[in-house]
Amino acid sequence: MGQRTLADTIREITRNHLEHNNGLLLGESITAVGWVNNTVPDCRGIVELPMTDVAGAGIAVGAALAGRRPIFVIRFQDFLILNGSPLIYYAAKVKELHGSTAPVFVRAIATDNLGPVHSGVLHSIFMHFPGFRVWAPMTPGEYEDTWKDYLSHDDPMIVSEYRLSYATTGEYRDRRTDGAEITLFAISSPRLEVEKASEILSTRGIKSNIVHIVRLKPFDIDEGRMLEPLRASKRGLVIDSGHEIAGAGRSIAYELSSASGCRVNALGLKDATKCLSAPLRNAAPDAARIVETVTALLQR
Amino acid sequence: MLQRTPDLGVLPELSRSADPGQSLEVFRRMCRSRYFELGALRAAEARQLNSNVYLSLGQESIAAALSLALAEFIIFAQHRCHATYLAFGGDPAKLRDELVGLPSGTSGGRGGSNCLQCHENGVAMYGHHGLIGENVPLGVGMALGSGKPVVCFFGDGAAEEDYVFAAMGFAVTHKLPVLFVCEDNDLSILTNVSVRRSWSVVRVAEALGMPAIDIADDPWTALFRAAALKQDLPAFMNIRTCRANWHVGTGVDGPPEWDRFALVKDAFARNGLVAKANVLEAAEKVAMEQIWDNELLRTLSGK
Repeated sequence: MGQRTLADTIREITRNHLEHNNGLLLGESITAVGWVNNTVPDCRGIVELPMTDVAGAGIAVGAALAGRRPIFVIRFQDFLILNGSPLIYYAAKVKELHGSTAPVFVRAIATDNLGPVHSGVLHSIFMHFPGFRVWAPMTPGEYEDTWKDYLSHDDPMIVSEYRLSYATTGEYRDRRTDGAEITLFAISSPRLEVEKASEILSTRGIKSNIVHIVRLKPFDIDEGRMLEPLRASKRGLVIDSGHEIAGAGRSIAYELSSASGCRVNALGLKDATKCLSAPLRNAAPDAARIVETVTALLQR
Repeated sequence: MLQRTPDLGVLPELSRSADPGQSLEVFRRMCRSRYFELGALRAAEARQLNSNVYLSLGQESIAAALSLALAEFIIFAQHRCHATYLAFGGDPAKLRDELVGLPSGTSGGRGGSNCLQCHENGVAMYGHHGLIGENVPLGVGMALGSGKPVVCFFGDGAAEEDYVFAAMGFAVTHKLPVLFVCEDNDLSILTNVSVRRSWSVVRVAEALGMPAIDIADDPWTALFRAAALKQDLPAFMNIRTCRANWHVGTGVDGPPEWDRFALVKDAFARNGLVAKANVLEAAEKVAMEQIWDNELLRTLSGK
């Protein structure tokens, strides 16, 4: 475990981009209320947008057309519904239609327990549309890889972040367990819970493998890292922080199942609105829900 | 709101006092667009094109005039963009090929009539994707990112989009070099402005804090006013014009309120330039007929 947090990493990447790479960072209320959880540096190149979701995204895409490789900060992923049209209808289409590019780096921040329009996880929607790269980094090393990938391509990138991961200092490792009965593929915030879930399952006599998934689209199936543990365990479960129906979890489960011939299920949010009240928050699957689901799947 | 008339805000003395060479060049560009589109119209009706057409017929004078005033500007055109593309210097053969759906088209035949781009011959024109008004925040972002002057063309319907106002306001806040041009044909498909709203986009632009004018599509006035406004950007021009054909396709619902092409020729008759104008018109007509040569088109389209 190093001491540099994910927030430190994002801030350093951003400072270098803005001060040395002619980059821009655009967003609403960036330079107030904690500078986006201390992920934004106080330096040149920051553009405070008025509260103009839609136009703000269009301005960011225009800056991308100008070659500035802008970082566009969305404080709550739910706001991507408003900001989505310039991203989906222009940035993601301009390469195929016109051969030019609009590489905008969209920091889409998710969190839980803030009610119906501040707790959403929308990376699945952007996986649906052609033209995006969609990643969900949760650690310093993963974020650096994400940024390198963005710079080495010319596509708009949706970076699905999770607020509670900003204090993370270490890296998550996949785990293979002899005799595992199921392989747990974790995406986004459930990754913070999956090891705990695996330990609980172990105490109940159920061994499990863990595979961490960062790159949602394009989703490249890794034979050694994904299919080997899946084939060995014969069952899989993809756990995502977004809604389960038509979501990233089911999509990736389908791909893993098709590639392996093994049965792979998906676990995500229930088909219910996220309410502000505790019993009805419909938060991302935690260790208890993962354990409950695995136990049911294995009929134990 | 001011009434739509062909002489709204027009400075009539300009057609007499303007440099004859400049006046004739504006007209040549109008002729290029008109005769190109008459060929495109025939090809569309013969089902030789690969996409629907959004014709600029009737509206050519705006792009023709502004292309002279704003030659160095980056262009974010609206969906009705044939006249803009041609006036600023786009290759007619590439536009034809785009409409036919050929790899040699402006976007390799993938975009079609309302998605034209041009990045050659000193022209920087970004293609529209069809979401009306989308080009306005994009153009503002381009001005922010590049520091270069940008012109955004859009229609009176797009002017009602909330993100258009927001982007215009952002341009004022950051003093960005953007000229916003509303090509106001009074129609969203077939619904008049008066049915859609009670307020004026010109007043909104003024309220945002930018110079704003409301004129008819007299090319001399448009050129003169654009040349002045580009010294004081961001700024807004609402230019009343008449679309001759349907929103999309070649159909016609009746005669336009006025025919600017004919009015310009009338002005040439009054100021002694009609003979030279006729020569230019004939030359462009021949050149565009060659672009749409039947034999060539059959070969290109396979139809």
